[in-house]
Amino acid sequence: MEKILEVKNLHVSFDTFAGEVQAVRGVDIDLTKGETLAIVGESGSGKSVTSKSIMRLIPNPPGRIKEGEILFEGKDLAKYSERQMQKVRGSEISMIFQDPMTSLNPTMTIGNQIMEGLRIHQKMSKSQATARAIELLKLVGIPNAESRLKQYPHQFSGGMRQRVVIAIALACNPKILIADEPTTALDVTIQAQILDLMRDLQDKTGTAIILITHDLGVVANAAQRVAVMYGGQIVETGTVDEIFYKPKHPYTWGLLASMPKVGDSGSELIAIPGSPPDLSDPPKGCPFAARCPHAMQVCVDHMPEATEVSGTHQAACWLLDERAPKVEKPAEATVGGAR
Amino acid sequence: MSTQEKEVLVEVKNLKKYFNMGKGQHLKAVDDVSFNIYKGETLGLVGESGCGKSTTGRTIIRLYGATDGSVTFDGEDVHGKKDKAKLKEFNRKMQMIFQDPYASLNPRMTVKDIIAEGIDVHGLAKTKEDRLNKVYELLETVGLNKEHANRYPHEFSGGQRQRIGIARALAVDPDFIIADEPISALDVSIQAQVVNLMQKLQRERGLTYLFIAHDLSMVKHISDRVGVMYLGNLVELTDSDTLYNEPLHPYTQALLSAIPVPDPELERSRERIILEGDVPSPVSPPSGCRFRTRCPHAMDVCAKVVPKWQEAREGHYVACHLYDDEVKEN
Repeated sequence: MEKILEVKNLHVSFDTFAGEVQAVRGVDIDLTKGETLAIVGESGSGKSVTSKSIMRLIPNPPGRIKEGEILFEGKDLAKYSERQMQKVRGSEISMIFQDPMTSLNPTMTIGNQIMEGLRIHQKMSKSQATARAIELLKLVGIPNAESRLKQYPHQFSGGMRQRVVIAIALACNPKILIADEPTTALDVTIQAQILDLMRDLQDKTGTAIILITHDLGVVANAAQRVAVMYGGQIVETGTVDEIFYKPKHPYTWGLLASMPKVGDSGSELIAIPGSPPDLSDPPKGCPFAARCPHAMQVCVDHMPEATEVSGTHQAACWLLDERAPKVEKPAEATVGGAR
Repeated sequence: MSTQEKEVLVEVKNLKKYFNMGKGQHLKAVDDVSFNIYKGETLGLVGESGCGKSTTGRTIIRLYGATDGSVTFDGEDVHGKKDKAKLKEFNRKMQMIFQDPYASLNPRMTVKDIIAEGIDVHGLAKTKEDRLNKVYELLETVGLNKEHANRYPHEFSGGQRQRIGIARALAVDPDFIIADEPISALDVSIQAQVVNLMQKLQRERGLTYLFIAHDLSMVKHISDRVGVMYLGNLVELTDSDTLYNEPLHPYTQALLSAIPVPDPELERSRERIILEGDVPSPVSPPSGCRFRTRCPHAMDVCAKVVPKWQEAREGHYVACHLYDDEVKEN
C-alpha cells in the first residue's frame, strides 16, 4: 500500500486577543492511495483546521503551523511557498466545502468556474476546456450539460450546486480530495445521491478522499478508515469496523452510546456530561479526562501516547496501559441507529 | 393508551399558509394539512428543507396568520379574534424553542432578564425577590446554576444556550411547546443532553410537544407519533415505531432508506431507494400528488387526482393512491 499523504506531529495555533488557541495539537495522519479516511469529531475538535492546514488554507496571521510536517508524495507542504502551493491546490489536492451556496462565485458562469482550473493548471485551450467541462458535468450527473455550462450558480438547486463543486474539484484529476462536511447542508435524500456519486467517482478515478464529518452514519456509509478527533488531537484511529465494533477510547464509546438505538424509544439517551475543553488553555493531560467516566489521576497529569491495538488500530488512552484497571466497553456503546 | 381515550389538545384542520410572492404568485408553504396533537404526547414533524414543517409550527402558534383552515387549542380557535387580555393568556399556554441558540437570545440582555421576560409580561412574579427565585429555580431545572443568571448569552456554549431557551419557554408555565429543530445546531454528544432534558421536563410537567426536525433517528427516539411532510402536504402520520418499521408512503420509504446508519456492515449490505431529482418549487407544485415527479410507483391517476388523506390502517394515516381502494378497483 502506497502512502500518498503523511501528516506528522502537526501543531496549528491561532493568535487571538485572548491568547494563543491551540486548535491542533500533534496530529498524525496517513492516507493510502484510493482509500477514504473519515475524520470525525465535534465542532472545535480541530478536524477542519487539520484539513485546511494540508491545503495551506489557514490565514496567517492569525493562524500558523507551529510544528510538524505535511508530506505529500514525500515533499513537505508545510515548507512550500504560496506560489508553490498554488500549483498543488486544485490540481494535486482539491477540496469541497460544506456550503455549496457560498463556495461558488455567484458572478461567474458554472462553465468558467470549472474551466478556470483546467486552463491554469493543465494549460488547456478554451475548446479543450469546454469539452472537458461538459464531460465533467455529465460525470457528476447534471443533465443538459451543454446549456448548463452557461448558467450561474443561483440557477442551480443545493444538491446540483454541490455536484458542480465536485466537478470543479475533480477537474484536474487530483490525487487527494478533501471533503469538509460535503453533505451537511443538504437534505437526506440529496445526501444519499451525493454520497453515492462520490463513491462512484472514487471507483472511476482512484482519488484518495479525506472526509470530514460529524455524522457517524455518513462515516459508516462512505469511509474505510476513521480518525476520531477530540480537543485538537486524534484520540483513536482504525478501520470502520474497528471503530464501530471494537472501539477502545471512552470518547468513541460515548459518541456511539449517545446515538439513539432501535427499539429504545422513550428511554433515556446516554449523554456525555460536560462540554469540550477550551483550547486557549488546553488541559495538561488527556483532553477528555474532565468528561471521562473512567478518568484516573494519571489522565489529568499526563497525555497518553497512542497505543497500538492492532496493525491498523490505535487509541490514545491510559486504560490501554498494562498498569491500568481493566475497563470493558459499556454495553450501550454499540452500533445501530433507526432501522 | 388508544387514541380514543386521549384528549385532543391541538386540532389542526385543513390548515393553509400561502406567502404572497407578488405578480399574483403564491408560495404554498403549507397546503391543506390536518392532524391532532393529544395531551401529553410528543408529535414529531419531519421532512426536508422547504417542506413546510417550520411554517406549520409557526402558524399553529400564531406567529403567522393562517391563509385558510383552523387551529384549535384546548377548544379555542387560535386564529380567532381576541382582545388583548385574552391573547396574552393564550400566548402563555403555548411557547416555542427555536433552532439557532445563537440567534434566538438577545445578546444585550442578561440570562436573568431573558428568562424573566415572560414572567414580567404576564405579571407572574409579585416582588423582585420572587422573580429572582423563579429564575434561579428555572436555571436549576434546566441544569444550569444560579451563578449563570447575571451573565450574557455569548458566555455560553451552544448546548447551554439551548438550555436557556428552554428555561425561557418554561418560565410562563406553558402546556404546549413547539420545538423547531431544537438540537440541529448542536454536537452529537450535546444533542443527547438536550433531548434527555426535554423528556425529563415532559414527565415532570406533563408537557405536550410538537417536535420539528429533519434528523429522523432523534425524532423517532423522542416522539410518540410522527408526521412526514413533503412540499407543503402531510403525506403520512402514525406512531413512531410503525412509521419506521412499516412505512406506507413511497416518500417515507425513500426518506428512511436515505438515512445513513452508523453501522458499517449494515451500510454495506443495505439496498437504498435513491430518489431522482430535486424537490419541485412550492410556487407551482405538480398537479395531483405532489410527490409524483420523483415517485418510483407513480401511476396515471397520480397526475390527475390529489390523493385523499385517509386512515389506511388503524391510527395510520397516509395520502397516497397506492392505498386508495377506489383507485385499486379501477
